[in-house]
Amino acid sequence: MTSQEGATRSPYRDYCGWFEAEDVARIQHKAVQAEALFRTTGITFNVYGAVDGDERLIPFDVVPRIISASEWRRLSRGIEQRVRALNAFLYDIYHRQEILRAGRVPVELIAGNEAFLPMMMGLDPPGGIYTHISGTDIVRTGADEFYVLEDNARTPSGVSYMLENRETMLQMFPELFAKVPVREVSDYPINLLKSLAACAPPACGGTPTVAVLTPGIHNSAYYEHSFLADHMGAELVEGHDLRVVDGRVAMRTTQGYKAIDVIYRRVDDDFLDPLNFRTDSMLGVPGIWDVYRAGGITIANAPGTGIADDKALYSYMPDIIEFYTGEKALLPNVPTWRCSDPEHLREVLDRLPELVVKEVHGSGGYGMLVGPAASKKELATFRAKLEANPGNYIAQPTLSLSTVPIFTKKGLAPRHVDLRPFVLMSPQGITITPGGLTRVAMTRGSLVVNSSQGGGTKDTWVLED
Amino acid sequence: MLGKTAGALFWMARYLERSENNARLIDAGFRIALTRSSTAAAEWKSVLVTAGVNQAFKSAHGDYSSARVIDFLLRDPANPSSILSVIRQARDNARTARTALTRETWEAVNTSWMTLVALLKRQVREDDLPDVLTTIRQQSAQVRGALNGTMLRNDGYHFALLGTYLERADNTARILDVKYYLLLPSVAHIGTSIDNVQWETILRSVSAHRAYRWLYGAEISALKIAEFLILYRQMPRSLTFCSERMENHLNELQRHYGEETDARRMAHALVHDKLNAPIQSIFDGGLHQYVTGFLRDTANLARQVERDYRFVE
Repeated sequence: MTSQEGATRSPYRDYCGWFEAEDVARIQHKAVQAEALFRTTGITFNVYGAVDGDERLIPFDVVPRIISASEWRRLSRGIEQRVRALNAFLYDIYHRQEILRAGRVPVELIAGNEAFLPMMMGLDPPGGIYTHISGTDIVRTGADEFYVLEDNARTPSGVSYMLENRETMLQMFPELFAKVPVREVSDYPINLLKSLAACAPPACGGTPTVAVLTPGIHNSAYYEHSFLADHMGAELVEGHDLRVVDGRVAMRTTQGYKAIDVIYRRVDDDFLDPLNFRTDSMLGVPGIWDVYRAGGITIANAPGTGIADDKALYSYMPDIIEFYTGEKALLPNVPTWRCSDPEHLREVLDRLPELVVKEVHGSGGYGMLVGPAASKKELATFRAKLEANPGNYIAQPTLSLSTVPIFTKKGLAPRHVDLRPFVLMSPQGITITPGGLTRVAMTRGSLVVNSSQGGGTKDTWVLED
Repeated sequence: MLGKTAGALFWMARYLERSENNARLIDAGFRIALTRSSTAAAEWKSVLVTAGVNQAFKSAHGDYSSARVIDFLLRDPANPSSILSVIRQARDNARTARTALTRETWEAVNTSWMTLVALLKRQVREDDLPDVLTTIRQQSAQVRGALNGTMLRNDGYHFALLGTYLERADNTARILDVKYYLLLPSVAHIGTSIDNVQWETILRSVSAHRAYRWLYGAEISALKIAEFLILYRQMPRSLTFCSERMENHLNELQRHYGEETDARRMAHALVHDKLNAPIQSIFDGGLHQYVTGFLRDTANLARQVERDYRFVE
């Protein structure tokens, strides 16, 4: 909120004026109310194996994270460029593989990659879209410095938090929105519906029927799945509601089977089709793959898209962007050492205590080492892991992340955050919702913002011009 | 609407209704246990039989002590009909059908579940029981209020209400079935009044003791009670009232989908054949046989609804 010189940064000026005139006890009370609101609404996430009634809340902070109109313009240009490049990359990888022929990305990175789906080779997804929905994780290191931390093109989650956080703020502090001009986020679900409908498959006649595919009520993101279906007015289906009927994927309604045109799936590739992928999966639809190949259904995101999330590939993103757009990346990557490269590995091992090391396929903040926070023993253990399987890791410097204030019992206190804006892509264009999910490391000094590791969230405000 | 969603709405409503009915049964049993310790065990046993869990209780516990029975009915996870089990299932079904519920209805169900989980965390002391039972009924009323006040009168609403009345009819019929021996002897001696406390438990377990007095004054007879619970169409828990509602909601569904169903025909037959006789002829044919037949008919109806509207594959 403040610059290094201690002055209030300009996007925060109106908010600070309001905050200073407020009674801290009142805000404290609102924070408690907000928690009750989240419980009543059921915005909880299930912890696998936890006992009944032990659904957890993600901590919510009542101080918004504020981004100015001009900052947002820069960010969204960079994000749009990135998502276009990713989509072009995916098309290329599953077709002529020109980027590999040109030697800009090593073949091994694709060939040996679990997320690469050979079955997608030569297949044209409806509208040419792979990344219908994506999320780009961004951190800020200085007044004008943003870095992309990672790309989430598989099934980025958290959009329901973006929307519910705003809803909660509107209920808690309605007067604040009269003082500060904040851009709307609430049209995300309707944009999602439009965007998905615009990717209808060739077999679709008339208005496309859209459905959300969830693994079920025990999935940790079930709330989000039902939220999105509800707000789009789409059906929320599970594998056992679906079957292939007359060459189309159809859902069992009270009136018999009805064809679906577009499916926003929130299950991984492996579980999509027990006939063509994992045979032990109960979550998917037997035969959906054949319908997909024949142009009978749109699957969003397209199968095989997960390769774009790969952390080793991430380090090539600046090249990928240049290769497909002919421009320099507008948003830089965090410098990354690929441990598969012996020279890189040597450097990483030398500087381990100052680096962050991540698993290439890891997610949710698991299996990573934060050098500066690690004990001697942890460092030694990780060193051994790195030496045993270097290809499984990448390393990055610990950035001097900027902080934003959170509300604590002792008043405002600085914490590290990241930001995940949500991006929709269809043949009609790219829509980025002004805002996104701001995740906060609730512990002082911590860099880990993942909800599975105790991180919280806050509302993200993009200001009007 | 997805068949699964229709089924989830139907079962959500059934479980909510069951939780409320069970609270009424516990209340009736508790009243007797308080006032007549000599018949408490027999009364608790009949409550367990009505709730359909007597076997399960007997295999887990030896004797019918008030504390044990109450705990079993309120919160035993091993009892699938305990109020805690039932409200959890109601909430799971509501989550499955979340996209077919208004936000207010969903939040009422979710709040009910949270409230009851907190309320029933520990064994309930007997002096707290009346308050706890009141809360359970109030939570149920809140869900009903949200449902009535905010839901579109579409297919989903009708599936939920169908579940409500089917469960309620089933419950009243079970009470009659368990208590028919109390009502029967008096048929032999028309005009003999039955035991005051006994008839009160019957009426109390459907929360209708006051309503009965308004209608029949001080005249307490087996025939009148049976008539009240079976045929009285203004009594919201009578078999006739519930069955007419079931038929009505099935009519609405038929109109909504424009498709004839067997379930609707069955409901129509239930109302017009089974509930269209004077109470004396029901007694003449045997009350127990009559109630057993009614329970079988409603169970068949439930299965037919499930088939007609494709709740499951």
